[in-house]
Amino acid sequence: MNLRRFILIGVPYLWLLALFLVPFLIVLKIALSDIALARPPYMPQLDLSAGWEGIRSFFAALDFENFAFLTTDDLYWKAYLSSLEIAVVSTVITLLVGYPMAYGMARAATEWRPTLLMLVILPFWTSFLIRVYAWMGILSGEGVLNQFLIWTGLISEPLTILNTNLAVYIGIVYTYLPFMILPIYAALEKMDDSLLEAAEDLGCSRTKAFWLVTIPLSKSGIIAGCFLVFIPAIGEFVIPSLLGGSGTLMIGKVLWEEFFSNRDWPVASAVAIILLLILIIPIILFQRNEQKQREAGG
Amino acid sequence: MKRFSWFNATSLTLGFAFLYLPMVILVIYSFNESKLVTVWAGFSTKWYGELLRNEEFLDAAWVTLKVAVFSSTLATILGTMAASVLVRSGRFMGRTLFSGMIYAPLVMPEVITGLSLLLLFIGIGLDRGVFTIVLAHTTFSMCYVSVVVSSRLTSFDRSLEEAALDLGCSPFEVFRLVTLPIIAPAVISGWLLAFTLSLDDLVIASFTTGPSATTLPIKIFSAVRLGVSPEINALSTIMISIVTVGVITASLITKRAAVAQQRDEQAAARAT
Repeated sequence: MNLRRFILIGVPYLWLLALFLVPFLIVLKIALSDIALARPPYMPQLDLSAGWEGIRSFFAALDFENFAFLTTDDLYWKAYLSSLEIAVVSTVITLLVGYPMAYGMARAATEWRPTLLMLVILPFWTSFLIRVYAWMGILSGEGVLNQFLIWTGLISEPLTILNTNLAVYIGIVYTYLPFMILPIYAALEKMDDSLLEAAEDLGCSRTKAFWLVTIPLSKSGIIAGCFLVFIPAIGEFVIPSLLGGSGTLMIGKVLWEEFFSNRDWPVASAVAIILLLILIIPIILFQRNEQKQREAGG
Repeated sequence: MKRFSWFNATSLTLGFAFLYLPMVILVIYSFNESKLVTVWAGFSTKWYGELLRNEEFLDAAWVTLKVAVFSSTLATILGTMAASVLVRSGRFMGRTLFSGMIYAPLVMPEVITGLSLLLLFIGIGLDRGVFTIVLAHTTFSMCYVSVVVSSRLTSFDRSLEEAALDLGCSPFEVFRLVTLPIIAPAVISGWLLAFTLSLDDLVIASFTTGPSATTLPIKIFSAVRLGVSPEINALSTIMISIVTVGVITASLITKRAAVAQQRDEQAAARAT
């Protein structure tokens, strides 16, 4: 019985230690190392054969140079700031698009809801890459959108949308919309309609009842949805590299280029560490919100 | 009393149009005769033919499928174990670290997961290819599986297991005959989720693969970086159809199962 328990805990534990925690510590270590013309291209290497002396000189050689470097080159600052800006703006747009949809779903007839729910979940099972790619054909200079707008006579010259930040916003809103709709719908569906009737009996107009009753009661869904969009959007790589242009700075893209094009592993690792530090606060806030939900739910 | 207003109807119509029109346009243009993806030149299925003759895509599809089957199966086993540890094993040394390691990969940006695993594989001198992608995919998808399965385990009535033990089952028989059938729906949806995540992943596979193994997303990404291509439209259409058929079938099966269960319960209630 004890052996069973040991194996049950030990196998997944060791797996996660070896393939999640250790790799993460390696990133941290390389972020503190120096770039070198060697394979692997960084210094120092931990040399255990030299004994205690080797370990000491290894730790002595680690420094925060790469982090200092990140502050001197304003490319990185701009990339962090513009990732934040893109993530915030697209989260707000996703909320504005997603809330009315979740609201509509929650008010639809009960027999319709499973179908509507499936229609929201279906895109989630479809390849992310393909959904981003679909927009390339729509937004390009001679794409479907421009052809349509010229046909209607609204514009005479094609608009440049692909390879701008606008295309990145569209891409993020499109791909993450289900993550916003589902938690809001879950919150709205549980809502007791008699509360609205009570508010109206007490003299609220419908709009006022919506703002004073419906919105506060769906607050936890709104918060969860916003974090579910915001957290992955910050580190996004596929959307800015397919839909964004050369002027689109996002930290996921910078990390990728630092690693694959410039082969600067220490700087790429330092970029990764700072990205994580930025994400820690929203992640903790998100966890708090979930915890509160669970406690409130029972 | 629900009031489904014109506003609700409009927002649902516009919203679903936004979600589905891009994919519909993609599907339509995959039947376009012209190489220029933006000009309609008549109906044709020639790009599907081209695609099926393109060995690189077929190879990549095969690699992707292999990786997805192996990693999702491994992830389901490890994730189910992890879920039962989280829900049932009570206190043990390093429990906080364990649950932290289950939840952290869910919110970790893909670029960081990919980078860190690549640095590990280089550090220990592992040849990169199908095997390393399987390791990487298993690691992040087992966390999703364990979240799905643990939510089912939490609502599980343990007295059923105790009854089976009292009636003389061995612990393994209890798991096989009682626990597994009850958590099966969660285990299956965990497997499906892991399978889809693996099929879909570009970033982590790009970091952890070597020259010997190219997955379909890597192939698609390098093809579409240069612009829209009709072959990729055809490939996307095939993938979208498979997913659509799969999801609709799955939902019909679960619906039928739910109806059957309800009928059984009603019959049981009448019998007593």
